[in-house]
Amino acid sequence: MRLYLTEGNPHCLKVVAAVELTGSRCELQFVGVEERVVPFLAHSKLPCLQLDNGNYLFSTNAICQYLFTLRGKEPSDLTNQWLEWEGTELQTALSGALYMAVVQGKREEAAGALQKKCAYIDQSLMKRSCPFLAADAITVADIVLWGALYPLLSDSTFLPGDLKALRSWFERVCAVAACRKAVESILKGKGLQALKPYLQKQPAPSQRAETPASNEPEGGESADRVLTEEEIGAAAESWSKGLSAWPKPKPIEHPVLPQPNEKNVLITSALPYVNNVPHLGNIIGCVLSADVFARFCRLRNWTTLFVCGTDEYGTATETKALEEGLSPQQICDKYHAVHAHIYQWFGISFDHFGRTTTQRQTEISQDIFRRLLDRDFLLQDTVEQLRCESCQKFLADRFVEGTCPFCNYEEARGDQCDKCGKLINATELKSPQCKICKGTPVVKSSKHLFLDLPKLEARLVKWLEDSMVSGNWTPNARFIARSWIRDGLKPRCITRDLKWGIPVPLEEFKDKVFYVWFDAPIGYLSITANYTDQWERWWKNPEQVQLYNFMAKDNVPFHSVVFPCSLLGAEDNYTLVNHLIATEYLNYEDGKFSKSRGVGVFGDMAKETGIPADIWRFYLLFIRPEGQDSSFSWSDLLLKNNSELLNNLGNFINRAGMFVCKFFEGRVPEMELNDDDKRLLAQATWELRQYLQLLEKVRIRDALKCILNISRHGNQYIQANEPWKRIKGTDADRQRAGTVTGVAVNMACLLSIMLQPYMPSVSASIQEQLLAPPQCNVLTEEFVCILPSGHQIGAVSPLFQKLETDQIESWRKRFGGQQPDEGSANQSKTEAKPAAETKAAVAEDAGKDADPQRAKQLAEEVTKQGEVVRELKAQKAEKAVIGAAVTKLLELKKQLVLAEGKTPEAPAQKGKKKK
Amino acid sequence: MSDKVVLELLSLEKSLGLKKTNKYSTQGDKQVPVLQTNNGPNLIGLTTIAAHLVQEAQQKQLLGNTAEEKAIVQQWLEYRVTQIDGHRGKDETRTVLKDLNQYLEDKVYLAGDDFTLADILVYYGLHPIMTELAVQEKEKYVNVSRWFNHIQHYPGIRQHLPPVVVLKNRLYTSVH
Repeated sequence: MRLYLTEGNPHCLKVVAAVELTGSRCELQFVGVEERVVPFLAHSKLPCLQLDNGNYLFSTNAICQYLFTLRGKEPSDLTNQWLEWEGTELQTALSGALYMAVVQGKREEAAGALQKKCAYIDQSLMKRSCPFLAADAITVADIVLWGALYPLLSDSTFLPGDLKALRSWFERVCAVAACRKAVESILKGKGLQALKPYLQKQPAPSQRAETPASNEPEGGESADRVLTEEEIGAAAESWSKGLSAWPKPKPIEHPVLPQPNEKNVLITSALPYVNNVPHLGNIIGCVLSADVFARFCRLRNWTTLFVCGTDEYGTATETKALEEGLSPQQICDKYHAVHAHIYQWFGISFDHFGRTTTQRQTEISQDIFRRLLDRDFLLQDTVEQLRCESCQKFLADRFVEGTCPFCNYEEARGDQCDKCGKLINATELKSPQCKICKGTPVVKSSKHLFLDLPKLEARLVKWLEDSMVSGNWTPNARFIARSWIRDGLKPRCITRDLKWGIPVPLEEFKDKVFYVWFDAPIGYLSITANYTDQWERWWKNPEQVQLYNFMAKDNVPFHSVVFPCSLLGAEDNYTLVNHLIATEYLNYEDGKFSKSRGVGVFGDMAKETGIPADIWRFYLLFIRPEGQDSSFSWSDLLLKNNSELLNNLGNFINRAGMFVCKFFEGRVPEMELNDDDKRLLAQATWELRQYLQLLEKVRIRDALKCILNISRHGNQYIQANEPWKRIKGTDADRQRAGTVTGVAVNMACLLSIMLQPYMPSVSASIQEQLLAPPQCNVLTEEFVCILPSGHQIGAVSPLFQKLETDQIESWRKRFGGQQPDEGSANQSKTEAKPAAETKAAVAEDAGKDADPQRAKQLAEEVTKQGEVVRELKAQKAEKAVIGAAVTKLLELKKQLVLAEGKTPEAPAQKGKKKK
Repeated sequence: MSDKVVLELLSLEKSLGLKKTNKYSTQGDKQVPVLQTNNGPNLIGLTTIAAHLVQEAQQKQLLGNTAEEKAIVQQWLEYRVTQIDGHRGKDETRTVLKDLNQYLEDKVYLAGDDFTLADILVYYGLHPIMTELAVQEKEKYVNVSRWFNHIQHYPGIRQHLPPVVVLKNRLYTSVH
């Protein structure tokens, strides 16, 4: 083995001493201070040991221990403890001390920085009354600590005189021959100054100590901030102004319309597709996020309109209708009601929740279409399209499945592959198959219209750059939009050979409808038009309106590229998106939500758990996939509910109210603020401002943490001041108890306002308990005394309930899959399902004989037998042999079809295997 | 924070199949865990206590089989408490991920072919970092992600921690 060393590096003292002491045979090689020896480390790390098999040890202490282990001296708990302490505690202090002593020449400060650590060693030695740290004989612990301390302690005046045990231990180790040798070879008789070249290359310790060691997101659990006197003074002054200086909440009168010279915010959340029940991921991705923001905007007194609705046209509805034996309109009516009900339960504050199958939608879509046509932004082309002769129809998008031409995923849909996510032209699918009759379609040509995206590209790029600079686009939205532009835009087909859609208003296209993605975003406009006749004041008013689109990231291309192109090309002064807010995906426990497997919590089931909607809202917002994917986890839900809501927020608000009731007959007491109180006000004000800034940037999850920080400060404040004790004390004590209670209950009131976007019902209960004046429901940058002394509060009761582990476990089981399913196998837009799921769902739908386990096994056999047949054919085997193999294959396929619960008459498919 | 390190030790006890649970507290502003023993002095420090628990559970192989493996395990345990826990800000986190990614390029586990205590503790230590990592970064540190995903699915290891999703198919190679 070979030991790489560098002169003047204090760590090298340890390893050389260990080599000498254990008598290890190893080659010593001196290299430059910054030489990189360990191939996998980005920075130089010395000393390091190259083992005979080529591996590297780069940890000084591990090298020392290794040399001892080779001599049969295994580590003990005690040596381990010393080595760990040296690495984590001593080194932190030591690097600072060495730097001060050697580079800055501040010997006294260095001694001060090391004082505590030295005292710790001294005490440990005295307690054990051993000559060495871990035993009666020298161990690796002595070598490591000695080496670390040698540079400073070798100057006998460095240590304060009273640490005698440490002093004599140090001298004992110094006397060991191995250690003397190590000093000689590393420090070369130059003492402390030998370390200078090495230390100068290290970062200055003051900078290191002050940067926080935290990977919490911004606005996370902030440590106590240093508040300036100015801030504290300003906070106290605002407080004393009370509600008189507070703006009044603006009453909401429908229809809400943009006002000149005001901030007008138009909020949309991606229209959920009507054919399925939304799961928690869909809910947090769009409607819930948009709702928090809409509520926030209203609290800021901005003119706010929040619209959404179900997206109802398209092939998915038609296939769903076929499945359920209803007409497309019936399917839409049924699921629109399901959606509306779920969102209502979650407390989503839409100004209007509409739908896309309306007369307005047809009018506006056709108008935009005509404008595009007049301005020559539409192209006509014949398209090779798949047509199923037996069903007598062209097979658009989801009516056809086959093998993905890019990744060979076997159940790619006609418009997109769920596995690789690429968009596909149905004709590119390998071995396509009609979804209805399973027959093989033929390629026929059909005339279609295309939106000429290349012609609009220059306009789009200009607008996009402006919007991204001035607006608030999430990083994923920027990234996806830019990559679309970078890859070059191609004309996009906007018509389809279908019935369930908006008719194309041209004679020669009378059998065709608009592709759902052409008209779906127009839904935002038509839904607003169904809300108010003056919809154009919102949608053709880019000067006065700020438009926020909320969605999951898969919807970004259509909102950032395709739809803006339609609107830009239509040239009618449309309001285009200013702020595109896209979330990442929410996963469920270990995997994805899956309706067909019954995995995950869906909108309608959340209610059945008995957990209040606000708890769901809180948890979903707490884990909002902001910046990265996140997962829903039952045990985490329990943890967050019990720790954050119950013990932190709920506890604080409840205590504040209880003190008012119990000690002051329900009246807010007199408050005489001292410096501590003012400091607390300033702290709360700071968090409040953080909260406002974060929410303005739609960093919903981060802003939530500010609320929790305020109640954390509040709890500490109550704990430190102990009003329940002081109330029994002297007059001054009672006065103090009153002030603390009064400040706390006002903080509870502030929290109720800040909480409103997140937990509207809880917010309302707090205000009800505190009898808070309704006009307090405005957010400004200031924290004022809302409940003045003498204010009568109502009855106080706990806000949250503890969740128990067994409850949580039973839900986890219940929603963990394999539960009976009503047979809805269709996919929601945001989930990409692996093949097995869809298959299993088909099996469930089709028959009672279905046996997924058996089917899986058979599928594997079919695959194997298929290979056998191919192999035989390739080898040009005898016909009879091939024939027998083929018969066996066909038989297996037949069994497979049965096991999948399909009717055996369905034509057997070519080489179809299962994942 | 204090809860975090104690939770980690309790989870480790479960992973090791230890029946009786020990009593833990923490000390100092860095919340260093302390194991209170009935006989003998307290043990201080995460890796010290963890190694002690492994011995107690008679699973010495988790500390490494050969002298070399033992040293490598110890090295990564130290790395966990000094580099991963002690990292200061984004840049150092990135260095940690970069180094680990490079190191794990040709390895299944930190000690090579054998699963050890180092995998468990580094996994716990990286968990908060991995949770905060964007999909794109997870793909960048592909070896770390692979290793991490492997460990979190190793029977009985994840315990109290929520799973971190690691996508197997790359999202950002060529976005359409």
